[in-house]
Amino acid sequence: MAQRIDVKDLNVYYGSFKAVEDVAMTVEARSVTAFIGPSGCGKSTFLRTLNRMHELIPGATVQGKVELNGRDLYNKDVDPVAVRRVVGMVFQRPNPFPTMTIFDNVAAGLRLNGQKDKKKLAEVVERSLRGANLWEEVKDRLNKPGAGLSGGQQQRLCIARAIAVQPQVLLMDEPCSALDPISTLAIEDLIAELKSDYTIVIVTHNMQQAARVSDRTAFFNLAATGKPGRLIEIDDTPKIFSNPTEKATEDYISGRFG
Amino acid sequence: MSVITTTDPDALAPPSVDRPSRGREVKNAVATVLMWVAFAIAVIPLVWVLWTVVTKGYDLLLQPGWWTHSQQGITIRHQGGGAYHAIIGTLLQALVCGAISVPIGIMTAVYLVEYGRGRFARLVSFMVDILTGVPSIVAALFVYAVWVTTFGFDRVGFAVSLALVLLMIPVIVRSTEEMLKLVPNELREASYALGVPTWKTIMRIVLPTAFTGIVTGVLLGLARVMGETAPLLILGPYAKSINTNLFSGFQAALPTMIYQDRTESLAPAVARTWAAALTLIIVVLVLNLAGRLVARRFRVRG
Repeated sequence: MAQRIDVKDLNVYYGSFKAVEDVAMTVEARSVTAFIGPSGCGKSTFLRTLNRMHELIPGATVQGKVELNGRDLYNKDVDPVAVRRVVGMVFQRPNPFPTMTIFDNVAAGLRLNGQKDKKKLAEVVERSLRGANLWEEVKDRLNKPGAGLSGGQQQRLCIARAIAVQPQVLLMDEPCSALDPISTLAIEDLIAELKSDYTIVIVTHNMQQAARVSDRTAFFNLAATGKPGRLIEIDDTPKIFSNPTEKATEDYISGRFG
Repeated sequence: MSVITTTDPDALAPPSVDRPSRGREVKNAVATVLMWVAFAIAVIPLVWVLWTVVTKGYDLLLQPGWWTHSQQGITIRHQGGGAYHAIIGTLLQALVCGAISVPIGIMTAVYLVEYGRGRFARLVSFMVDILTGVPSIVAALFVYAVWVTTFGFDRVGFAVSLALVLLMIPVIVRSTEEMLKLVPNELREASYALGVPTWKTIMRIVLPTAFTGIVTGVLLGLARVMGETAPLLILGPYAKSINTNLFSGFQAALPTMIYQDRTESLAPAVARTWAAALTLIIVVLVLNLAGRLVARRFRVRG
């Protein structure tokens, strides 16, 4: 089910400003890839091109190819909305839908795409909540508002919501940065479990998290403020953190800048 | 690195933790007094108006016939009769006005917030601003010119509703716009990330989240139009009996009932004037409360 992503010659623009330049990488199926790098280097911008969310910003454009199992997502005959059903996303701050109950939140992706069968929805909701390690905590209050949970629970709810539509790839944009350490640990454990079913890409500011959680790590950097961000190096995580090839990577890892 | 030079000795002294000086305390007292005076000036007329209307109008409202009878057969000397015809007229006209202006207003606001990006959107926004400032009598004259003079139709309740539509649309557009802008963008992004198309995101996520605010805006708009008298004077001549047909015959409304009885000076008519005024306030209040109860079901939690 999970698929591999090939990025070729990707350039990302905000209007006429080039934010990310010439990215080429491969993300293997059923793996966790972490994007690290200093603030403002384009990691989140690049992440959002993988599910065609970047172009929702007025004036934002993308050039290049993002291939999901060989199919270019930026081809003219590809529907961007359909891409987002296949490539899901979890955001930095938990954003459950406030007018919906916990059940409705998890079912939202399916319901809004036409699924009406109550039995099917209940099944999927339970499966997704179990998958997000949230079922035991909320199974008795599925019809309470989604916004009444703690921060860590809300984020797991958002993850459940994202996996309910069974995407191939799950993108996570700093999912733990708004959470306390215990919740962070819960989500990192969750990522380790989800890896067996999904291809996961996670942007993180926390290098230790990248080291804990990912199989491969990609380091992005800016040449200078105002210049586009670039992919400096991508490799297996243990190698990046012990013996990186590029000097910039080594400087960042050892905290000389960032 | 150069040293910043300054001629102000206090700039380098650390801030003081002493209590405010005498001068500062006087200024504080003056400002507090001014604030309370302004508050009183704002609130006293409101309370005074309410008090006057309630004390002068309440006794007729307690008569059983007031809410069920019209003024048919009652002359200015007689007591009796009721305001049913006027209440029905006002409610029907407001309902029809709402039925037309709420969809138009909300869809315009949705366009301006969710879709409109270029020159056309700015033009629409500008036009709405102009509509906000149109005096009610001008709106009424415009509808008269189109409905009566050009098309040759009669002056009926529906024509009044049309004039009210012109007055209500800008109120709804502006308040709906504000409410839609208050919906955090993260919610829209969460919906897009699930592969939900834009229109569905608006219908099922954004509008429900903004629902309470939109209802409030609609109620404010309705409250405004239910008291507008100029369209009624031009397009809706008063009738004493009950008329529920918006397309034929004259139809009474509360403002014109107030106006009608106001021009008389005999006691029964005067009493009816005040009672009708109080009735109008009560009708608006009840609508307001009902709307809030409905909106509460959808209230955003957390």
